[in-house]
Amino acid sequence: MRFCGELNELDVRLSRLYHVPMPTTPTEPDPTAARRRWMGVLARADAATLRTRLAEAPPLPPHTRLRGPETGLVMARGRQGGDGAPFNLGEITVTRCSIRLQDGTVGHAYATGRDSAQAELAAVLDAALQDAGRRPALLAAVIEPLAAAQAARRAADAARAAATRVEFFTMATMR
Amino acid sequence: MAYVAVKGGERAIEAAHAWLAEERRGDPALAELSLAQIEAQLGLAVDRVMAEGACHDRGLAALAIKQSRGDLIEAAFLLRAYRTTLARFGASEPLDTGAMRIRRRISATYKELPGGQVLGPTFDYTHRLLDFALAAEGAPPPPAPRAAAAEATMPRVTGILAAEGLMAPEPASEAEPGDLTREPLAFPADRALRLQALARGDEGFLLSLGYSTQRGYGNAHPFVGEIRMGAVTVEFAPPELGFAIELGEITVTECQMVNQFAGSKTEPPQFTRGYGLVFGHGERKSMAMALVDRALRAEELGEAVDAPAQVQEFVLLHCDNVEATGFVEHLKLPHYVDFQSELEKLRELRATAQMAGQREAAE
Amino acid sequence: MTAADPSPGLTPGFAAPVPAAQSCFRALLEAMSRPGLIQTLTALPEAPAPLAPAAAAAILTLADADTPVWTDAGPAAEAWLRFHAGCPLVADPAAASFLLATASPPDLALPDAGTEEEPHRSATLVLQVAALEAGAGWTLSGPGIETTHRLHAAGLPAGFAAAWAANAARFPRGVDLVLCAGDSLAALPRTTRLEETR
Repeated sequence: MRFCGELNELDVRLSRLYHVPMPTTPTEPDPTAARRRWMGVLARADAATLRTRLAEAPPLPPHTRLRGPETGLVMARGRQGGDGAPFNLGEITVTRCSIRLQDGTVGHAYATGRDSAQAELAAVLDAALQDAGRRPALLAAVIEPLAAAQAARRAADAARAAATRVEFFTMATMR
Repeated sequence: MAYVAVKGGERAIEAAHAWLAEERRGDPALAELSLAQIEAQLGLAVDRVMAEGACHDRGLAALAIKQSRGDLIEAAFLLRAYRTTLARFGASEPLDTGAMRIRRRISATYKELPGGQVLGPTFDYTHRLLDFALAAEGAPPPPAPRAAAAEATMPRVTGILAAEGLMAPEPASEAEPGDLTREPLAFPADRALRLQALARGDEGFLLSLGYSTQRGYGNAHPFVGEIRMGAVTVEFAPPELGFAIELGEITVTECQMVNQFAGSKTEPPQFTRGYGLVFGHGERKSMAMALVDRALRAEELGEAVDAPAQVQEFVLLHCDNVEATGFVEHLKLPHYVDFQSELEKLRELRATAQMAGQREAAE
Repeated sequence: MTAADPSPGLTPGFAAPVPAAQSCFRALLEAMSRPGLIQTLTALPEAPAPLAPAAAAAILTLADADTPVWTDAGPAAEAWLRFHAGCPLVADPAAASFLLATASPPDLALPDAGTEEEPHRSATLVLQVAALEAGAGWTLSGPGIETTHRLHAAGLPAGFAAAWAANAARFPRGVDLVLCAGDSLAALPRTTRLEETR
């Protein structure tokens, strides 16, 4: 699910109420968790949105492609009964890209869908974000605004769902 | 069965395909249907094609629907054919439907339950009266109401029953599941393979089989423990990273059907589960799948296997509409030699019978 | 940034993966149909040492996530293969679908030789040698060779000819061999007979 379109103020307000599953604090003690987070945010942003955000960020360093961008499949698994042993539900199109910066840093990207431009931009961003010097500016210009927009979109959905919650008038429990 | 290679007919085929293209486009005076329109406005058709095509990609499913002129089985076929051209990067971490960001969640077993009944965008409670307002082009509907959301995720109903010991727990296992797209189905098929087959199975076929279990062919007495629809995060651990990352979110529908189980020598009477999980918003399909999953568990639960929905080979070998349409539609292909031999045999039989008749008359 | 990230130092695979893998597959098909005839590959990947380009190209073309690979080429090559071919790597030669040997090939009796019912499920050994030369060395005969053909593979372990004869004796079971040097390769399917010519 990708964010597209305008946010209204209610969405933004609701995003603060809404439980966001991933941590939003920009300073992460665990480097893997921080990288996991920005990779997840980038996976949910299409190429056009990434370009818009990058227009306000310092230019990305030059890179060479190591693999891809290429579209393939990931077999999505579910669990029997929801919480039992895994089973194969069906495949999902996924596009990935891996690049290398001149200093040897390797960046990876994987995202659902077939957006090659997104995957390549996300891979370059992943590499650039690994550089402590570049990180703060990129987090501020790209990752945090994207994360906020994605959270707002989730909040909007949750708010629509909450409005369809049934309020029963008899309060007897049936158990 | 034998087939004969026949040459010729190319021009006829080209003309037929040109006509098909013209029919697909329809009156050029009308605006052409865009993929974005199909994706947005025929979303449940897109979901069904993704489920039966066993490939989640809304854009590709919309294209398949446009190309197939709305023939959803043909569209699923197109999607299945396309997926064979792509390499597989690996398998996801199992989707955590317990952490689903709920858009709809209902239970027929508990009125009051933590998180409540959330109706979501449903056809339920509509009057099934044709809405002629939709026939006229008009302004988009007003935005749906919003309310403050207390929590994003909700506990499963099966968990509530399991906490009381009334629900048979799912055996914990991280065993690598079989994959029927890699190894042909063999019988008996384990539950992982059965669920994979049912998840890509034809909605109509599963619906009828599920219905048959309710009408007495299988002695089921099911309750909808819970249906939930919403977004789940897809996680994948690329080997080059060594940790799982999020690839995005997809919508899935899950149905937990609660069935009675009389118990056995080793197990007390308790409830058992039938499980349905499908790509997209596919409520009817998830319910039918859950009914059939439970029926197919008859043997492992020591129940009699005497109804069609309980017979693995019958269900699993016939639920795939791409396979089924392939074998049914292949009857259109030239069977000239087959038929010629049948024709000759029939003529021979008739001639023999006629001669015998004449002989009898002469005697 | 993360110490666990094993990817630094990675080099690219095929520049254009689809056409390169297709042309390499065609070369392998030619090599298998005309045993001992040397094929030269044109599209080569940038493989890490000690992998020679042709051997790396062959494995990249043949292996994927469904084919376990055994190799003696060391950690850099393993990381490169895992990344570009997506193949699982195994320590047991008998568990591999493809074996890529650079210095110390496993005993030919060890890889999966298939079964009498399914001999095609056997493993293929990609063996990197010092040099390949036509018109010298072994005299080859068998299916795909009209009369005889000569091939010299430099740098094979001692006793190779005897091991190859033992491999042929298990027919229809057995392993197939792709010999690689530099940007060339030649194949010895299990049906090819070798005679050491002096």
